[in-house]
Amino acid sequence: MIEIKKLTKQADNKLILRGIDLSIEKGETVAILGPNGAGKSTLLKVLATLIKPSSGLVKINGLDLKKNHLEIKKLFGYLPHSSLLYDHYSPLENLVFFGKLYGVTNAEERAIELVKEVGLSFFLNEPVKNFSRGMIQRIAIARSIVHEPELLLLDEPHTGLDQGAISILNNVILSMKAKGTTTLMVTHDFKQAAEICDRIIIIKNGKLVDDFKLEDRALNLVSEKYQLQVEGVS
Amino acid sequence: MIKTAFLLAKKDLYSELKTKQVLTTMIIFAGLVILVFSFAFDPANNTTKAVIPGVIWVIVVFSGILGLNRSFLSEQRNDTMQGLLIAPMDASSIYLGKFLANFTMMLVVELVSIPFLFLLFDFKIIGSIPYFILIMFIGSFGFISIGTFLAALAANSKSSEMLLPLLLFPVTSPILIGVVQATRIILTNMEKFSSALAWIQLVSAYDVIFFVLCFLLIEYVLEV
Ligand SMILES: Nc1ncnc2c1ncn2[C@@H]1O[C@H](COP(=O)(O)OP(=O)(O)OP(=O)(O)O)[C@@H](O)[C@H]1O
Ligand SMILES: [Mg+2]
Repeated sequence: MIEIKKLTKQADNKLILRGIDLSIEKGETVAILGPNGAGKSTLLKVLATLIKPSSGLVKINGLDLKKNHLEIKKLFGYLPHSSLLYDHYSPLENLVFFGKLYGVTNAEERAIELVKEVGLSFFLNEPVKNFSRGMIQRIAIARSIVHEPELLLLDEPHTGLDQGAISILNNVILSMKAKGTTTLMVTHDFKQAAEICDRIIIIKNGKLVDDFKLEDRALNLVSEKYQLQVEGVS
Repeated sequence: MIKTAFLLAKKDLYSELKTKQVLTTMIIFAGLVILVFSFAFDPANNTTKAVIPGVIWVIVVFSGILGLNRSFLSEQRNDTMQGLLIAPMDASSIYLGKFLANFTMMLVVELVSIPFLFLLFDFKIIGSIPYFILIMFIGSFGFISIGTFLAALAANSKSSEMLLPLLLFPVTSPILIGVVQATRIILTNMEKFSSALAWIQLVSAYDVIFFVLCFLLIEYVLEV
């Protein structure tokens, strides 16, 4: 699904990503861990075609990121730190707009169904600007999956969500996984990472320092490896 | 691509319909310009008719800049610009959508303010109204198409509200000179109609060239 070779990104004479090699299979759910400023969000932005890599090769589904950006854009759903929603619009209007932008048929029905899925049917027609952070995050999640993407790029999706919303989000990811969706999730929440991911990647200083498979929700293993790599404790 | 552009334009116009922020500012500004000019030049005096073509284009330029400034800055909130950039469409669709929205708002402002101006100055058109409308159309078209492009360019800068007029004036001055001349002739002195026609042709050619240029180059402006 994703093929990354010797990816580097330089900004203002500073190397943010220093040679990342990574290959992800279709249907995998991968958590990306790492300290603040490690370059996790930058990696996702490169995959989301928002920033151009300085060097290296990125292929998604066999398509080159540089050449086939239109096809690639249809494939992924991206959830960044900011919501990407229009303040004056209601959840319904936002989702219908983005649905149409992606060429979703029955955009209206799909939008209503998604708002229901994230548990905000009651606020279907309220403008988003009056929403709380967690509510906005719920709609932002709905926005990122409006076109049923094959690849999910989530940047700290659990921030601001309450327990109910966390389990909604996890269910969304797991049910999409069952349909064969690949998920890449940046997170600081080891518990959620262990809960839904079957592979963990640790990034530090723009380099991939660890990459291992995870079985049986082994939270201890995650914390152990993370401490070993990032905090240098053994 | 056209469909996407219409979708984007509809989105902008609909949100303008909800907030009415930009359009109100533009119309209030146009009204103030007209009022100040009516204080400065006695509407009853016949010689003041000569300033009317100038006033019309002062309104277009300055209220146009107010609208253009907002058109890309409004996408910075919640990084919605990123949302457009990751969507499966060409950068030219974004340009076309923004252009359509800005152009529509500009036409609304003109439709409200110019009749008001004519009324207040008790101006009787001796020339040709269809030609006057044509000039308004091609002048606004050129101004907004270049303005939309430069607004996209300026939006990435910290001082974009200052940068846009600075970039806009040199590039659009041929259009403005042409349309002011043509408007003056059409409204007051139909004998020189052939020279007005020449101005119209010049401005139209300029419009087409720059519209195509902006359309092709927008890709490099919007990329991050
Ligand atoms: N446009 C930019 N110009 C210069 N430096 C940048 C730019 N964007 C990011 N950086 C730098 O790149 C580094 C990595 O940033 P990034 O946002 O990828 O970190 P992160 O791993 O997502 O951190 P966090 O856990 O806090 O979200 C940071 O040191 C940041 O200062
Ligand atoms: Mg980050």
